[in-house]
Amino acid sequence: MKGRKLLIENANISGIESFEIYQKYGGYRAVDKALKSMSPDDVVEEVKKSGLRGRGGAGFPTGLKWSFLAKPEGIPRYLVCNADESEPGTFKDRYLMEHIPHLLIEGMILSSYALGANLSFIYIRGEFMWILQILEKAIAEAYNKGYLGKNIKGSGYHLDLRVLPGGGAYICGEETALIESLEGKRGNPRIKPPFPAVKGLWGCPTVVNNVESIAAVVPIVNEGGDSYAAIGIGRSTGTKLISACGNVARPGVYEIELGVSVEEFIYGDEYCRGIANGKKLKACVPGGSSVPILPHYLVTKTASGEDRLMTYESLADGGFATGSMLGSGGFIVFDEDQCIVRNTWNFARFYAHESCGQCSPCREGTGWMEKVLYRLEHGNGNIRDIDLLAEINKKIEGNTICPLGDAAAWPVAAAIRHFREEFEWHVTSREEALLRNYGLSKEPVTV
Amino acid sequence: MHIDITKRKGERVEFSDASLTRIKELRANLPEGKHKSAIIQVLHMAQSELGGWLSIETMDYVAEVLDITPIEVYEVATFYTMFHLDKTGKYVLEVCRTGPCMLVGSDKLIEHIENKLNIKVGETTADEMFTLKTVECLGACGYGPMLQCQYKNYEFLTPEKVDDLLQAMRNGNLETYQP
Repeated sequence: MKGRKLLIENANISGIESFEIYQKYGGYRAVDKALKSMSPDDVVEEVKKSGLRGRGGAGFPTGLKWSFLAKPEGIPRYLVCNADESEPGTFKDRYLMEHIPHLLIEGMILSSYALGANLSFIYIRGEFMWILQILEKAIAEAYNKGYLGKNIKGSGYHLDLRVLPGGGAYICGEETALIESLEGKRGNPRIKPPFPAVKGLWGCPTVVNNVESIAAVVPIVNEGGDSYAAIGIGRSTGTKLISACGNVARPGVYEIELGVSVEEFIYGDEYCRGIANGKKLKACVPGGSSVPILPHYLVTKTASGEDRLMTYESLADGGFATGSMLGSGGFIVFDEDQCIVRNTWNFARFYAHESCGQCSPCREGTGWMEKVLYRLEHGNGNIRDIDLLAEINKKIEGNTICPLGDAAAWPVAAAIRHFREEFEWHVTSREEALLRNYGLSKEPVTV
Repeated sequence: MHIDITKRKGERVEFSDASLTRIKELRANLPEGKHKSAIIQVLHMAQSELGGWLSIETMDYVAEVLDITPIEVYEVATFYTMFHLDKTGKYVLEVCRTGPCMLVGSDKLIEHIENKLNIKVGETTADEMFTLKTVECLGACGYGPMLQCQYKNYEFLTPEKVDDLLQAMRNGNLETYQP
């Protein structure tokens, strides 16, 4: 069976945001099941079997992450849900929380139970204040119905759940920055090790998981890890929320079975329905702004000519030379009229704005790249600027505490790799570049 | 960057009783001694309730309410972009300018608002009704171009819709605005 939806199947049912309707459609069954017939380790085991990989962007196996959690006697441990969705192109967690908030709460109960946490947090970006209110309402309902608080459903398990907002900072999506922010401080990422699994929130062992990862625990407990793992291809198991935006005919949030072809996702009737206004595809950033951009000839096919699929492996096929990443599932599509230099400058400006300023290579490098890209885009560039960008890139990548530096460097490197001619054209034909766009890039001739 | 500190001074302000009760609740919800974690939420409340921006006096007051030092509040307030440290207009229009919104015309939208209000990004209208700001990705990439104002999103914007929105704000009947 194709096109199964495990998360947002019921998202459009009227009233699904209320406890009653959510429960009527099978909600909280997984909590009933886990508390009655499963030990916390059983839940961890199912998540391991499911092959679920972190849906926030890094794709690290969730069960494995959970198994790293230190469990010293007498010290509380915490589960924190990362709802600081700020990766440009990504708006899937928002959709899930807005439409079906109880799914996240049910997932939080299951995951907290599995980890032995008695106080858990949802950290949501401040710009989603109305969703914070939706979640608080749903949490109050869950308390009322005995699914949160003391002795949940007579199981002897206690859990308190709180939602706290951020204040507008992309960096707080990085787990250690998020923890700092949750402690009421500036969102400066911490040096690892120690990892949060050992020393996290208030110095206690902490797991930070993305909204979608936590929600996915619900179907995993309901159907079993094996049944979840049966969906998808290879190490890309289950379903994934993809938020499609940019120049597609039908932007929005789609739940796909991992393994759908990119071709079908962009052009299929069930999904994006092609490029908006009948234009041609120029490029695509398949996993949020931090992942490498792909030129049109590498979007639906890999360099070796195979169909490219929506999986962690297939999107990364070819490495950074000819591949990209599934990332957070922020799928940004560019039509033939878009200027790659302008977009690269835009993203560089984003990272310069969002750098926390802690590490010099990132703080200085992102600002420098933005300036160089600005002058290239605005007709004041020099041909040497292109190599200069590559140079700055190398100096940032791998030299910072957190991955924001890499995230800033990769998109610029990929844009130059695939669209060098377009950058050069901005220097050699600057008048023309100011007036019109370059159009589609030529496919490299393979010898 | 030079900051004119005199412009950041404000009136002595105080929360309503309802807000003070809410803050007590927030503190009670956190583990003993971890009340500092409520700071961001309390700053949001302060900004909404006490004049739309955070003057030095307001931040000092938040420190008092939360039993923390003023510097701890300044540190946080200056880090997060949602907090306005300078006086703003009644409505702060925060237009998303990041890639996905740019692909669907945020540049034109920003230009339109600039012309309509006769101000540049970062400025406030003479009648102190509007402040125009640009912000980075607000997680509405499929619904752009968009802006946020007073914690509310206005999505799929066109010049006409923005005109209607500004008019509704000016007339003080924002609830009549139909997206």
